[in-house]
Amino acid sequence: MDAPVAQQGKIQQPKLGFVGYARFFWRQLTSMRTALFLLLLLAVAAIPGSLVPQISSDPNGVIAYRRNNPDSAAILDFFQVFNTFTSVWFSAIYLLLFISLVGCVLPRTKHHFDALRARPPKTPARLSRLEGFTTRTTKADAATVVESARRLLRSQRYRTEIYGDSVSAERGYLRETGNLVFHSALVGVLLAVGLGGGFGYTGQRVVVEGYAFSNSLASYDSFNPGRFFTDDALEPFTIALDSFKPIYEQSNRKAIGQAVDYTAYVTTTMKGESAQTARIKVNEPLSVGGTNAYLLGNGYAPVLTVRDAEDNVVWSQPTACLPFDANLGSTCVIKIPDGLDQQIGMLGFLYPTTGTLNSGALVSVYPDLVAPTLTLEVYQGDLGLDNGQGTNAYALNTDSLQQIAGRTSDAETVRLNPGDRVDLPNGLGSVELASIPRFVSLDVHHDPSQLPVLIFAILVVAGLVTSLFVPRRRMWVSARTDKSGTTTIEYAALARGDDPNLETAVSEFADKHSQQLTVRVDS
Amino acid sequence: MTETFVSYSLIAVYSAMAIYTLAFVMFAIDLARRSAESSDAAAAASTGLSSASVRATTVMAASAARSSSAGTTTLTADDAPRTATDAVRATSPKYLRLAMALTVIAWVLHVSAVVFRGVAANRVPWANMFEFTLTATALIVGVFLVVQFWQDLRFLGSFIVGFALLALGVGTSSFYVDVVPLPPALQSAWLVIHVFVASLSTGFFALAAGLSIVQLMQARREAGKAVKLRFLDTLPPAERLETLAYRLTVVGFVMWTFTLIAGAVWAERAWGRYWGWDTKEVWTFIIWTIFAGYIHARATRGWRGSRSAWLAIVGFAAIVFNFTVVNLFFKGLHAYSGL
Repeated sequence: MDAPVAQQGKIQQPKLGFVGYARFFWRQLTSMRTALFLLLLLAVAAIPGSLVPQISSDPNGVIAYRRNNPDSAAILDFFQVFNTFTSVWFSAIYLLLFISLVGCVLPRTKHHFDALRARPPKTPARLSRLEGFTTRTTKADAATVVESARRLLRSQRYRTEIYGDSVSAERGYLRETGNLVFHSALVGVLLAVGLGGGFGYTGQRVVVEGYAFSNSLASYDSFNPGRFFTDDALEPFTIALDSFKPIYEQSNRKAIGQAVDYTAYVTTTMKGESAQTARIKVNEPLSVGGTNAYLLGNGYAPVLTVRDAEDNVVWSQPTACLPFDANLGSTCVIKIPDGLDQQIGMLGFLYPTTGTLNSGALVSVYPDLVAPTLTLEVYQGDLGLDNGQGTNAYALNTDSLQQIAGRTSDAETVRLNPGDRVDLPNGLGSVELASIPRFVSLDVHHDPSQLPVLIFAILVVAGLVTSLFVPRRRMWVSARTDKSGTTTIEYAALARGDDPNLETAVSEFADKHSQQLTVRVDS
Repeated sequence: MTETFVSYSLIAVYSAMAIYTLAFVMFAIDLARRSAESSDAAAAASTGLSSASVRATTVMAASAARSSSAGTTTLTADDAPRTATDAVRATSPKYLRLAMALTVIAWVLHVSAVVFRGVAANRVPWANMFEFTLTATALIVGVFLVVQFWQDLRFLGSFIVGFALLALGVGTSSFYVDVVPLPPALQSAWLVIHVFVASLSTGFFALAAGLSIVQLMQARREAGKAVKLRFLDTLPPAERLETLAYRLTVVGFVMWTFTLIAGAVWAERAWGRYWGWDTKEVWTFIIWTIFAGYIHARATRGWRGSRSAWLAIVGFAAIVFNFTVVNLFFKGLHAYSGL
């Protein structure tokens, strides 16, 4: 029979300890000092996220960093620095901060709720010790004085309560309300971002002039679903790019060729509805259903037609080229796995307006399509597409390829102007530059958190402004009539929180009040 | 036509800088004069006069000076200078008044430089780092001048004018770029609102940082430590400085909050997401957090006073860092320096 007792003791002891500790930690966590520490820690913890490229905002920067500094990248990976803002340590700080905040706001809300229903406190015995203390005298009797003071205070939106020959008043409850709204709205922002963002998605898609894409998983070049995303969230619509019209600066000699406007003219079709034309600009996304399409990039997508030795077309489609300079000099990668005797890979450079450097190298001197040239280095061999592994469409791995036209081979680099057709070496066939349409890269975003976040953000500002600038103060007016019938009125106030105009407020009130009394007594 | 206005703008800004330099010298002389006169008062006290009598005489001198200079001023009990050193301030603000007059003249030229630049570019003059420096410094000095109607903070003149002069010097020599059209990403009404409010808030934070620096020095002096800067005797006590710094900071903080939200709204339009931890967004957040910390510090036991003052200074330093180092050396979407 000893065992249960011992067990009981064992169970009870740590249980008490746990509650004790929990209470202790809760007190610590919700103390102002801890909240302040966490707040400042959060500021410091955000710094690495600006020093090191982030996977979310700069994935290419992360890749480059890993390539250049593999050793330190391993350490940074361990500490999740490439994902600073979703890392365990950053999340721990802001979650603790928000728990601390909630732990502070809840009791304060209750306290404030009680205060809203309570009457203003009793008038202190010695008003002369308080701020803005001032006196006036009048011939009116104490009851009249107190009643008129109460009316005046009420008209100034004070809550009042009469205690004997004095009136106690308080105003500015909105200050605390604002404070609570501000902090609650911050929690709201966090929740909206965390929950609402999970139902959204973002997808990127390159669209060439004359082509369309539909809002389905398969058609995106890259796609980032939120945590709670399901395929149902994809609204059925298509966007066709009719044309893309950039405008480049032509008159300002300091900025020739600088883009001054981009407009994508599109046709959208919702399922079961008729097609509609629309336009997308950089600061003017297109809203389709509950989804927005943003114009984030553009470039050229030359259409190459490749024929085999018997003149059969084996390839004819646009290839989006990645711009590498401001004049849209671009690199193009074309992979032709089927149709020819060998797999062919082509590495191209597109110069929309071709110029020649002193070294003889080509360069683009203007972003518009004035005198375009496409150069192609041609490779044959194994493109590495057949092993089932995904490859980067914008890069050509030449490890198992042999150059058959270009700097390191017998045949010269292929050079094409629009309409040109050139035979490929080794009797493989021919390649023709059919046309050079433009492409745009569209980001399609669906983010249900947007509206709630905006509403909470507005509440944050509204709460902040009221909590900082609405003065909360108590004011007292007390009257005492002496034997000669003269009533001395005492005025004083107490600031609750920063209140720069307290003393002025008291003296102005006293002036106004005594003036009212004088008028009344005179008449 | 553009080039004509650009050159007007440059002439105006260089003239403004010349006059700011003169104003800076006058502000510095004023501080030196405060130091000297405060030493005189101390010397008088040590030669046998009780400090009370020094106070009395200087107060009388002060009231005489005030009523003669201001004409209609009547001293009431509340209004009387509380210390001998307050009186020193009132006796001969010749250099100070000269410094303020020069600052006003320089500021008018400075603002006209901003306006000319805007006319030359046919858009708001804050679309690259040079223009931003030009406009933000004009706003900082503008806030300094306007705040004088609320509180006498002229003693911060050397700090503010010195800061503006330094920023304009770096801006005109290192950040200068020609007028070029706005890239499509900046063609938005939010450029007007977001950037303007951000620069205006720096004006408030700059003043608050200046006050906090003086507050720290004053706190050292009040703690009885040896501080060589005698002009501190003539400045408000640390607690008063803290209150003033706080009131300016909260105004700046509200504007910074707005900047952050307006930036998020604009980012949603231009980049497709309202928040993406772009380097500039990170630093805007860091600065917001520091000042939120400052406001809370005042309500936290053990943090009032010097510790919170340090936060205001660190916050302003972070703003300067955000504008210079982050703009020039950090990779991000806010790549509009034009350099």
